Amino acid sequence: MNNIFVSILSAFITGGIICAIGQILIDRTKLTPARILVLFVTSGVVLTALGIYQRLVDIGGAGATVPLTGFGYSLAKGAFKDVEQYGLLGAFTGGVKATAGGITAAVFFGYLVSVAFKPKPKS
Amino acid sequence: MAEKRIGRQTIKIQNPVRIVSAAGIVGPKEGQGPLRHYFDEIIEDELWGEKSWEKAESKLQRETFAKALNKAGMSTGEVDYVIAGDLLNQCIASNFGLRESMIPFFGVFGACSTMAESMSLGSMIIDGGFADNVACLTSSHFCAAEKQFRFPLELGSQRPPTSQWTVTGSGCVMLSNKGTGPCITHVTTGKIIDMGIKDANNMGSAMAPAAADTIIGHFYDTGIAPESYDLIITGDLGRLGKNICDELLRRQGLEISDRYNDCGAMIFDMERQDIHCGGSGCGCSAVVLAGFIYQKMQKGELKNVLFVATGALLSPTSTQQGESIPCIAHAVSIRI
Amino acid sequence: MKAIFTKDEYVRYVEQKAPKSKVMKNILRAFLVGGVICAGGQLITNWLKARGVPAENAANLTALILVCVGALFTGLNIYDEIGRFAGAGSIVPITGFANSIVSPAMEFRSEGFITGVGARMFVIAGPVLVYGISASVIAGIIYYLLRF
Repeated sequence: MNNIFVSILSAFITGGIICAIGQILIDRTKLTPARILVLFVTSGVVLTALGIYQRLVDIGGAGATVPLTGFGYSLAKGAFKDVEQYGLLGAFTGGVKATAGGITAAVFFGYLVSVAFKPKPKS
Repeated sequence: MAEKRIGRQTIKIQNPVRIVSAAGIVGPKEGQGPLRHYFDEIIEDELWGEKSWEKAESKLQRETFAKALNKAGMSTGEVDYVIAGDLLNQCIASNFGLRESMIPFFGVFGACSTMAESMSLGSMIIDGGFADNVACLTSSHFCAAEKQFRFPLELGSQRPPTSQWTVTGSGCVMLSNKGTGPCITHVTTGKIIDMGIKDANNMGSAMAPAAADTIIGHFYDTGIAPESYDLIITGDLGRLGKNICDELLRRQGLEISDRYNDCGAMIFDMERQDIHCGGSGCGCSAVVLAGFIYQKMQKGELKNVLFVATGALLSPTSTQQGESIPCIAHAVSIRI
Repeated sequence: MKAIFTKDEYVRYVEQKAPKSKVMKNILRAFLVGGVICAGGQLITNWLKARGVPAENAANLTALILVCVGALFTGLNIYDEIGRFAGAGSIVPITGFANSIVSPAMEFRSEGFITGVGARMFVIAGPVLVYGISASVIAGIIYYLLRF
């Protein structure tokens, strides 16, 4: 019970901090959401390659994997894993393989939802 | 110099050009604002029974034109020209909204300055003896403009504090050389002014220098005393832009604070409606002119008005290429 | 106008006059909402693990569920309201990635299912995939060169 509580609390704090960094970037640099997302996913790849992000995942769990930096982490981790298994080819197969579920879900559910619902103006 | 030209930017209209009718239709959000009692119709939702925002904007223009025509007691055959424009690519709201009208048509683009631009041209055409009746109209639509210029409606992004809210609405005035109504006496045409603002979420600040330039040009060319106007009103500078324009004028020795206002700062309730710096869009100045200003002039509560519609002449492409925003302001002087 | 300001001076003058974002308030909101979404993710992961799903799959399945929820909330016109409050707090989590796919697709449905929905889906999310995948390929190649 205690373990579960700690894991959720550390996910909350880790994820919160990562999002707060994003907010600072938006307010201070006028980066658009598209640029923030690109920056975060790329940073995730780089930090994973440098061995830093794994430690963050060990501490924060979903707090580190749910933000888009975590998407970069999965991409890089998958690439490394496949490189170990298949050599250079792995650099091209590993990333997408590891994130295939998320990407496919986004495309499929995205399509369903956009066909089923209509946009409404904020009033 | 041409005989009706009285300065670098200004012409004096010599034959009477009257605004014989005016009509404005707005969206639901504008219909909750402080000027709601001045509009002819408030639509219930942004789609207004159409299949797309763009079609709804065309319908806004079509219906607003029909109302103005009706109020003027005219048939379409009596209107010599329609001059119209909007914000959508290739001005499709005007082109599609008026395609069944069968009236000689001039499409114009002046971004949010379109109302004053079309009235300027309409006045010249009538004064020159080329037409008896000219309809001038424009529109904007919040959802259609967001889609074209910014982000999808459902994207969870925050609007920066300097941003403005595109007005959903259409305004139309019928100009005529006969009948009754306020007269257009002077037209001051703006120059393209670019003071280097690049932030498309800060249009008020980008447009303020253009507004100040045209206002100063108007007084310089005409020699009219600023005190002779009851109201000098800019189009859609919003709260921040209005503030800056006022200060730019003061620094150049023109003190008009007591008679200066801005349509974008008037159309919404700044405290309640969460619209940050105010309203914007072609429809903003058009509906305030066709509603608030025209009715006040009809009642004699306003006698002399300088209407200065402001436009930011940018496109999504120019913004993505990192260009600064060229702006323009056109002024028409209206008197009863 | 040029008499009183050069362009540079005007840009600086505007910056100083413009209302500022309430940075502290925005950061706090982003922290709270972002934190809650991630804690929700952890909750799902824990639950899956408790049901005997292996750790690797649990993380993947969590991402999948969150993407689904993000897409659904976008369709229900709720995600933009959350975003208006939370800013980066709802942009940065993977639910925001789903939102960035669904929102343009919904908006451009009036342009048809192929050129509207299909093509516009990736207006915002496309660059994320392009840069994310490219970076992972580069990282993979470097890893390969260092290892062998």
